[in-house]
Amino acid sequence: MARIASENLIPFLLNVLRGRGYTCIGPTVRDGAIVYEEIRSEQDLPIGFTDEQDGGTYRLKKRDDEARFGYTVGPQSWKQYLFPPSTLLMQAQRTSDGFLAQAHTEQVPAYAFIGVRACDLNAIAIQDRTFLKGPYVDPTYKARREAAFIVVVNCGQAGRTCFCVSMETGPLAKSGYDLALTEILEDGRHEFLVEVGSERGDAVAREFPTRPANDDDGNAAQRMVDRAVAQMGRKMDTAGIKDLLYRNMDHPRWEDVAARCLSCANCTMVCPTCFCSTVEDVTDLTGDHTERWRRWDSCFTASHSYVHGGSVRPTTLSRYRQWMTHKLATWIDQFDTSGCVGCGRCITWCPVGIDITEEVRAIQETDRGKGH
Amino acid sequence: MEKDIEALLTEHAFFKRMPAPYLALVAGCGKNVRFAAGQLLARTGDPANEFFALRHGRVTIELHSAERGPLILQTVEAGDLAGWSWLFPPHYWKFDVRALDEVRAISFDGECLRGKCERDSAMGYDFMKRFARVFMERLEAARLQLLDIYGNIPR
Amino acid sequence: MEISLAEPMLTVPFRVRKNRKETSDTRTLELAKPDGSAAPAWQPGQFMMLYVFGAGEIPISVSGDPAKRETLIHTVRAVGDVSSAICQAKPGSAIGVRGPFGSAWPVDRFEEQDIVLVAGGIGLAPLRPVLWTLMANRRRYGRVSLLVGARTPDILLYRSEMNRWAKGGIDVRLTVDAAAPGWQGSVGPVTTLIPRTEFDASHAAAFIVGPEIMMRFVVRALAQRGIPTDRLFVSMERNMKCALGFCGHCQLGPTFICKDGPVLSYAQLEPWLAIRNA
Repeated sequence: MARIASENLIPFLLNVLRGRGYTCIGPTVRDGAIVYEEIRSEQDLPIGFTDEQDGGTYRLKKRDDEARFGYTVGPQSWKQYLFPPSTLLMQAQRTSDGFLAQAHTEQVPAYAFIGVRACDLNAIAIQDRTFLKGPYVDPTYKARREAAFIVVVNCGQAGRTCFCVSMETGPLAKSGYDLALTEILEDGRHEFLVEVGSERGDAVAREFPTRPANDDDGNAAQRMVDRAVAQMGRKMDTAGIKDLLYRNMDHPRWEDVAARCLSCANCTMVCPTCFCSTVEDVTDLTGDHTERWRRWDSCFTASHSYVHGGSVRPTTLSRYRQWMTHKLATWIDQFDTSGCVGCGRCITWCPVGIDITEEVRAIQETDRGKGH
Repeated sequence: MEKDIEALLTEHAFFKRMPAPYLALVAGCGKNVRFAAGQLLARTGDPANEFFALRHGRVTIELHSAERGPLILQTVEAGDLAGWSWLFPPHYWKFDVRALDEVRAISFDGECLRGKCERDSAMGYDFMKRFARVFMERLEAARLQLLDIYGNIPR
Repeated sequence: MEISLAEPMLTVPFRVRKNRKETSDTRTLELAKPDGSAAPAWQPGQFMMLYVFGAGEIPISVSGDPAKRETLIHTVRAVGDVSSAICQAKPGSAIGVRGPFGSAWPVDRFEEQDIVLVAGGIGLAPLRPVLWTLMANRRRYGRVSLLVGARTPDILLYRSEMNRWAKGGIDVRLTVDAAAPGWQGSVGPVTTLIPRTEFDASHAAAFIVGPEIMMRFVVRALAQRGIPTDRLFVSMERNMKCALGFCGHCQLGPTFICKDGPVLSYAQLEPWLAIRNA
């Protein structure tokens, strides 16, 4: 049963969540971008801001209203909180006859994610398959994931690099959240549609003032989402995409994109589903203490595929092809889902504006394997 | 005696499925030979007028080096052939061929066989096809050896 | 709520009991738990992540007898910082162990069939556990052949054990790429041993380990003899950091070499190995 909350919802929501021990993480403006950091009050939100994005371009612009969530997505995703960029795993110290190793322990932070977009919600579900559903379970991800309270905010606009509609991941979040908000902003009206997705979401929703939503409210919320659908900036035809890429591994388009790609790894850093990491064993200056860290890594580095005196993927072509075919094709064989959620970050944050949807289209149009 | 050779040829992998008339022709140039382990079948520089179809035992293909002793390039197993310098002039052995084990083989007279191949070109073609395959396999093996695939890995 | 982050990334110190020199750059280590309890159970084909304090961690196949549980045997070639440090580990020192990981040689699937084992260089190390298993159950299998190739005679591994294997019903054939004085065996790439190896291709399987180039040629030669590629198994190597399927480094196409492999059928790998730099 959906409900309506006034435009003053956010202070109530933050209070209730903090009262339950959550650290609220949400969008805020910093260094010219909207990033996800701890939110202490509603004033931390990017009130009245929107983003303008395109290939290799991101700018914040002021809106002419007081929308709390009037942007699409920034360079960060929620993976930095569930799968932190650096995690200390183990410490070891030298002893007289060897060494002692201990697991590092941490207090699990209880995060409330405020403003999770449908695409990013799907990305979390996709990362669940990597970190929770294989033969091994990652303890950091599992603990933080179970503790995390998710407040979705459905999109009322879409950016020029968005294509969640093509990937069937948005703009409306369907399930997997604790609470879902839709910011209704039209003709002087500013309210939030509130939908409950779980028991603990229900418990939180009962603690701030709402009224039941009627058909008119539902239609207004739908109009917000419809606007996002209409504004979708990019498209990707995903029919048969796995086999398409499998039979075009020698397509000349790879040389074309390799000539543009800088192998800078930005796309992997901003992508909400990329999960590559590396393990570093580091020693202190005395040589008596070591730490084992897990850090984010990228398949675009030359050393990623290093084995026996050389890298299996020594060229930008092989690495770009690895990233794109993993994201759109082999991911399906590995995890039964595409790795791409259509958030468009890789297009926006690529310094040369490489567009994954355009690369796919180029291969589709000159499919080498067609009819063979 | 020739009939024995023909029967032996049908058992030898190199002559597998050779039509019977050709086998008979080829057998006419062959004779049984035997070598003790360590004995030379052929010596570098000697006139090359024969080749061997090995029936039992292995031989080495080697080069003699004064300071380093015999340099073994490869071994050839039973079922295979040793010697191809009889095919094209100058007909001299380029390598030593030495019996590694006790070797029983069929030795073919080069001039005899060259003559028969010239006179019966269909048989000659069949024979050369088989020999070409031996060259191909030896070259592939030599390339793999050259690559040093197990070699030291640069750090 | 406090949680431990490291399991299963936590390494457990083992003590080096023995460090035996095999060749100029290869050593076999015997590792035991300091408290004397048995090492974790493992299957032929699997590997452990071995850790040297201050140097790092690398994947190394287990190469001992799977029936002997007390200690772990690993044959290591010094090719980098960590492997060199492992090779230099003195008896009494500590090596960290994590594992076992990965898939095993599917020996059980081929009872009553002929088994062809082909090892190139240090590839014999991950195959040695299979030899023990086959010898312990010799009557369950048909003909068992072991074809071994190495660069030169002085770097053939486990030569002192080969007599025992031959007596255990294994047809052992050796070859080197380049002979040395006194070598009385075959000279040539390991593919040249295949024509004379006896097996019934319709009832045979092969397990192959060696440099990728060697594996490709061996697979082709065995396939030409009639063994289908879904009965040719290889052990693959790729860069590994976690061995758990998380870090993403070991992927070849959709396959994670650490958890889907390292033992894989050639039928499964073939399309991906055909793509250069995949």
